[in-house]
Amino acid sequence: MYESLVEITGLEIFAAFVSAAMPVAFLVPFVIIAVYLERKVSAHMQDRLGPMRVGYHGLLQTIADFFKLIQKEDIVAEGIDKKFFNFAPFLVFAGSYAVYAALPFSSKYIGSETDLGIFYIIAISGLVVAGILMAGWTSNNKYSLYGAMRSAAQIISYEIPTALVILSIIMWTGTMSLATMSEMQTAYFWNWNILGGPEWGITKFVLIPFLLVAFIILYVSTLAEVNRTPFDMPEAESELVAGYHTEYSGMKFAMFFLAEYGNMFAVSAIVSVIFFGGYQSPFGYLGNTLGIEWLVPFEQVFWFAAKGIFFVFVQMWLRWTLPRVRVDQLMTICWKYLIPYSFVNLLVIGIITLL
Amino acid sequence: MNLYDIIFYLFALVTIVSGFFVVTSKNIVHAAFNLLFTFFGVAGLYVLLGADFIAVVQILVYVGGILILLLFGVMLTNKVVNVDIRAGAGHILPAVIGIGILWGALTAMIAFKTNWIENPAPEMNPTTAGIGNLLITDYVLVFELLGILLLIALIGAASIARRETEELKD
Repeated sequence: MYESLVEITGLEIFAAFVSAAMPVAFLVPFVIIAVYLERKVSAHMQDRLGPMRVGYHGLLQTIADFFKLIQKEDIVAEGIDKKFFNFAPFLVFAGSYAVYAALPFSSKYIGSETDLGIFYIIAISGLVVAGILMAGWTSNNKYSLYGAMRSAAQIISYEIPTALVILSIIMWTGTMSLATMSEMQTAYFWNWNILGGPEWGITKFVLIPFLLVAFIILYVSTLAEVNRTPFDMPEAESELVAGYHTEYSGMKFAMFFLAEYGNMFAVSAIVSVIFFGGYQSPFGYLGNTLGIEWLVPFEQVFWFAAKGIFFVFVQMWLRWTLPRVRVDQLMTICWKYLIPYSFVNLLVIGIITLL
Repeated sequence: MNLYDIIFYLFALVTIVSGFFVVTSKNIVHAAFNLLFTFFGVAGLYVLLGADFIAVVQILVYVGGILILLLFGVMLTNKVVNVDIRAGAGHILPAVIGIGILWGALTAMIAFKTNWIENPAPEMNPTTAGIGNLLITDYVLVFELLGILLLIALIGAASIARRETEELKD
């Protein structure tokens, strides 16, 4: 992407900016659709209709909401630490957007072809924690601070099972790059990592149960990392008003919203790259069958988005199905169940890899 | 002035300015937040030097780990937050003379005595595999010792935390 842009235009800076801004072109429509979807999914699960007035079945509701948010007054209460208060939403969004640099949208487009990929993603999500703490602290509001503390404690705890599962997959596949990882699971769905990877043999079938456990652990802990129900303690409406973004209004609040939905897609995309083949199509490519080469990358983007949105949908499904856990239950799930299981899983997958 | 230079100056500016605020800030939480940008800028400089693995580790350990713990510690300790840090100047004249001489000597050494090696910008080659190989071949003893040290620290932390809860129960 970057190289071809440099060749076409000859401007390095322009090419860098354009290729860095590509995920925004994906993210903003995605957020608009996802917010609408969230409201519709929740409504239908509770036997309601959801937004129906703006456009056909409320399709334009989010766009109307967006214009409403732009017009809103930007309230900064007294006693707030203005400089960092104004900066925190952007830090949270930067942390969530930085993850997109290492996501392979197709075989032709990936922000950075670094071989650190998934390791970089684990590291950079620390920015989100710092941003949330900053937002909670500078709001000078006890509910905000509680929310920020809960959020930071939760994200840090759940990073451990996430990292352990990812470590076991790295050991097995031998690469940290998400692009290479998706390339390995090429062509058909029985080559996906969740079904034992591309190599045929006895190990493929021995590995499947452990990979299933790994997938469940990874999905649960990433769900907790993006602060979604049943792990939405940081913004528990019935306890904390709105958690760390209680004091934010207008576009700054919208930045938090954008970051949250961006994070949701990012973790779903990571799960799909690690276990479900990333941008690879499950049934082979139409472009290859018809002999149209340029169609393949677009199909790959389609499959990448489709898998990601499917897991986002599962997150919404869980949100409107499960009740919120308590703080002590949250920590029990992480430290007493997920971490020991992921350690055992790590050992077993390591031993199978060695054999 | 190509892209590489612009990015270098950007990260250098971020590092220096935020570092300045870390030192001069009177509010300890502000200092901690500014430290975030210092760490981030240093990580960016590592990337520009071609040390991608170190850069990511810098972010993982310092931003994701140490800084968050620092903020936790500061925010949960009421007394620390309310303390005014003395960031003003005292004994300006002796300080200026002392620091001036030291700084002058150091700068002179750096400027005149160093044999500068001018290399073209390093190519961005992945370093992870090389580091991994070195860690389990040449430096395996240090690696294992560090692992044991971290394990000791972990067990120590767990045992300290456990003892306090038992005392509370009594």
